[in-house]
Amino acid sequence: MIGRYAVRVAALGYLAVLLVAPVGFVFWRTFEHGVGPAWDAVTTPDAVHALKVTLILTAIAVPANTVFGVLAALAIVRHRFPGAGIFNAVVDLPLALSPVVVGLALLLLYGRGGWLGGHHIVFALPGMALATIFVSLPFVVREVVPVLREIGTEQEQAAATLGASWLQTFRRVTWPAIRWATAYGVVLTTARALGEFGAVSVVSGRLTGETESMTLYVQDRYRAFDDVGAYAAAVVLALIAVATLILLTQLRPKEETR
Amino acid sequence: MIEARRIVKRFGTFTALDDVSVEVPTGSLTALLGPSGSGKSTLLRVIAGLERPDEGAVCLEGEDVTARPPQARGVGFVFQHYAAFKHMTVWDNIAFGLKIRHRPRAEIRARVAELLDLVQLTGLAKRYPAQLSGGQRQRMGLARALAVDPKVLLLDEPFGALDARVRKELRGWLRRLHDETHTTTVIVTHDQEEAMDVADRVVVMNRGRIEQTAPPRDLYDHPANEFVMSFVGPVNRLGDAFIRPHDVELLLEPNGVTQEAMVQRLVHLGFEVRVELVRDDGEVMWAQLTREQVEALELERGQIVYVRPTRQTVFAD
Repeated sequence: MIGRYAVRVAALGYLAVLLVAPVGFVFWRTFEHGVGPAWDAVTTPDAVHALKVTLILTAIAVPANTVFGVLAALAIVRHRFPGAGIFNAVVDLPLALSPVVVGLALLLLYGRGGWLGGHHIVFALPGMALATIFVSLPFVVREVVPVLREIGTEQEQAAATLGASWLQTFRRVTWPAIRWATAYGVVLTTARALGEFGAVSVVSGRLTGETESMTLYVQDRYRAFDDVGAYAAAVVLALIAVATLILLTQLRPKEETR
Repeated sequence: MIEARRIVKRFGTFTALDDVSVEVPTGSLTALLGPSGSGKSTLLRVIAGLERPDEGAVCLEGEDVTARPPQARGVGFVFQHYAAFKHMTVWDNIAFGLKIRHRPRAEIRARVAELLDLVQLTGLAKRYPAQLSGGQRQRMGLARALAVDPKVLLLDEPFGALDARVRKELRGWLRRLHDETHTTTVIVTHDQEEAMDVADRVVVMNRGRIEQTAPPRDLYDHPANEFVMSFVGPVNRLGDAFIRPHDVELLLEPNGVTQEAMVQRLVHLGFEVRVELVRDDGEVMWAQLTREQVEALELERGQIVYVRPTRQTVFAD
């Protein structure tokens, strides 16, 4: 009994210290002087612009990585091709590499004097989009691959013998089986894209009101000793992420209980 | 008619089908029988177009379909593990092929109702596969395959995942279904009893080759070789000869051609009794006797008897 109690206390304590306390502190500091100052802080032109930049980056990275993720998962699981093992490993690279290294690599490749440089990529939105796509790439693939493995190929073969084309089989048989895995991948991708800091920080050039995303804005406000501005912006980011998660759980039918 | 000509199929260094030719007459129910790894399932999948042969050709009703994908072959395929569309109801599973073909809605409704009735799942149309028993799932799989009126029906160990009682029931049901529809049917099985029971022709396969093709009775009475003899039924060996256990006579006195043996164990299986023997040359064999025969001989464990084969088979090498 004491053992079980101790485990519970340890687990909750761990969560409290590492998760609840910092986030709670951010919320508390944001609304310390009421909602008014917080609202004012996130409605300045720079804050609104930064939010817009972050939303644009997310709106580019999430669909791109969803389409790529599903196709890559199909390629990894359903097709034997030379280099499949390497491809599978490379997909995880963004998880292993430090985002700052990713940013630097993009800078060297697309920046002035780089192999593909000189087309308004670096220090502009395209470069930031590339960085965001890169760091949020593995999530959909990693969610979909195990589900594809688990469902196997028999249902798809059955559909083929019944006359269904590749596209019809995907739409009617494969997609319904992987759509919730894809949705979870999308939530993770969204969260990662919203929170990206390191890679974007390197390639953006950090021009306030131009190439500043929400996370960069948070740091900028913090450095300028504008605590309320920094905390309020952080709260906005957190709320968007939580809203995505809630949206997903609301959309999901009670399929699992069936 | 289904015709597979000189099919070779390799998986890496393993040759699953080694120059196999087989003909399945229109309207027949043919069984592909063999141990696991004999190539029987691969041959079925080659016929369906789910595997591409390395060499050889497949013809359905006189048309060479070797280059055609499964979608364009007009075959119905039933899988061992059902391959049910898990997120669709029984009704939607059966209607799948008809919807793909964009048949009119009224026609689909009528056809699915007819098939539900045929496979006795009418009351379960709105259920999901997870809510069905194995036997019900496989009946749904059959209805789904039959919905599009396939030229040939291919079944890959369809009853392999079911328990013995359901398996027997579905076997009889499949036989009756075939007698009504006369759809050219090929069933893959590793169970010789199932093959003998359901099929009118049996193709025995071993190590990627065909050992014999014959009606069930011929197969049992005139096996082409040692493999077929021992695969289609129990067998004893006496020197070069192969003897079925029911072709063994036990005598209480020697008569010159008999061989001495000791009763090691008596196993009563209802009407039949399995008499396990050790011969004087040290070899073990068994005889299948009726209860009356055992009682007349008053057989007991440890008793000495004399063995005489009433019928034996010797294969020339």
